[in-house]
Amino acid sequence: MAIFGALVKKEALHILRDTRTMVITIFMPLVLLLLFGFAISTEVNDIRIAAVVEKHTCETRKILERFRVNEYFTFLGLVAPTETERLLRSGRADAVLFLRSDDANLKAQIMVDAANPTIAQTVTAYVGGVINKEEIKSPVLTYTLYNPQMKSSYNFVPGIMGMIFILICAIMTSVSIVREKENGTMNLLLVSPIRPATIILGKLVPYFLLSCVILAIMLFISYTLLGLPLSASIVNVVLLSFLYIILSLSFGLLVSTIADSQLTALIGSAVILMLPVIMLSGMIFPIDNMPVFLQGVSCIIPARWYISAMRKLMIQQLDAAYIFKEVMILTSMTIVLLVLSIRKFYSSSRK
Amino acid sequence: MKDNEKVISVKNLTKKFGSFTAVDHISFDVGKGEIFGFLGANGAGKTTAMRMLCGLSLPSSGEGRVAGYDIIRQPEEIKRHIGYMSQKFSLYENLRVNENIRLFSIIYGMSDSSMKEASEKLYKDLRMEDMSKTLVKDLPVGWKQKLAFAVATIHRPEIVFLDEPTGGVDPLTRRRFWELIYKASSEGMTIFVTTHYLDEAEYCNRVSIMVDGRISALDSPEALKERFQVSSMDDVFRIVAKDALRVD
Repeated sequence: MAIFGALVKKEALHILRDTRTMVITIFMPLVLLLLFGFAISTEVNDIRIAAVVEKHTCETRKILERFRVNEYFTFLGLVAPTETERLLRSGRADAVLFLRSDDANLKAQIMVDAANPTIAQTVTAYVGGVINKEEIKSPVLTYTLYNPQMKSSYNFVPGIMGMIFILICAIMTSVSIVREKENGTMNLLLVSPIRPATIILGKLVPYFLLSCVILAIMLFISYTLLGLPLSASIVNVVLLSFLYIILSLSFGLLVSTIADSQLTALIGSAVILMLPVIMLSGMIFPIDNMPVFLQGVSCIIPARWYISAMRKLMIQQLDAAYIFKEVMILTSMTIVLLVLSIRKFYSSSRK
Repeated sequence: MKDNEKVISVKNLTKKFGSFTAVDHISFDVGKGEIFGFLGANGAGKTTAMRMLCGLSLPSSGEGRVAGYDIIRQPEEIKRHIGYMSQKFSLYENLRVNENIRLFSIIYGMSDSSMKEASEKLYKDLRMEDMSKTLVKDLPVGWKQKLAFAVATIHRPEIVFLDEPTGGVDPLTRRRFWELIYKASSEGMTIFVTTHYLDEAEYCNRVSIMVDGRISALDSPEALKERFQVSSMDDVFRIVAKDALRVD
């Protein structure tokens, strides 16, 4: 036990004294969360719209008034038909609305800058929504469940957490173990009377604790700054994250038993883990839209299951029973990885 | 050599990796307090042999005892009674001198009082009293090396294994390092050292020369020089290893 304590202390000192790593570990989650939470968002805000009205009626005035007060729009005012093209070209307006009254029927046309099709679609939908508010007798009522304001940050938080833990647990653990191999200190530990299990735990526990600190920071930001709904499921969120952290640590351990240099470990864990996590985990691109082959590949990516379960817990506020499948899959993955890496470590410690 | 004087005793020790025989039936004894030089070209099997003696590697066949324990069945006991230092002066670079000493004394299960005593002796012997709070990475190479040796022997092991301990340092530093080795040996510690430097072989009580996984010569430096009718270990090595097949 004293040996274990000494090993943990040694690792903690290493983490604390390596300022660069510390800065990266603490700031990267912060920066990513804030970036995805505020800066990078798939919502469209502040649509600049101008209007061309042929003849004012009561109806057109009402419509324009609605655009004026709507916080998603900046109403640029009425313009002449000849000016519209210039406005759109120069990028001073995102859309122009044409309103024409014809035999007491109001006809509307939207001209929209579709340089970015995603934005154009959203803008068209918004504008249509504002115009049609009263004109349709029985409008389709839409309820947006779980995320009524359709905030994209809700969606990104689980994804970023899935990415960060892989990054910190897997990459940092594997690099730190391989560094010991490179520096020869691993040999010192192996020729000492310490049991291999103690060496492994002495490596994993400090990074587990570090991950817990990061988890706390990320949850704090999510629930305060990003305003995610706080609910009773927070205990489940934490427990699920613990499972995922342990899984990432086992992966790091496995990489470290295979890699011989810090560079290999870094590239190995970054390429094997980071890209699939970003591309195939459903963090950014919906899994259902992928070709069947890639959907199959995404099944073996732990982050996919973690992110899916986290969305259920954090956004849908479901209780633990609904994530049974994800938990089972993550648990089996953890067990397989742990068994593999520990066996590999033992066999390499006594060839 | 009487049996009770032997601290290392190896018979027909062999290690195979697949079809490659890294160590091929080596047998030798090392007596208590001896400085035993373990020579050989790169790839001759020195490191593999040493790893088996330290309990890091399981022999394919053959037997051996180190510090009175069986290398196949009691590697954990062996680890408790040996010290080890590799060519990389491996200590934790981001830890201070005193933190390294503390870590390794805890690893070797030393009590607080014996740790205190041992570290005071260490600082005094190495004249490092004012450096205890220095990070190891800020120490000059020569100091690191001396410290690594002192840490490897802090628990007063019966045998200390040195794997090319003087690689990459200047002759003066090497000289000083060998003074440390002599001192440890005079205190009854057995030294098992691999080296590339053949002038260092002259400092050993006995040397063995490994060629292609076998021990081709084993005797005191004087006896070897006389047998081959040459004046230096360098020439001895050249004659013994001239037929080596495994060279880098």
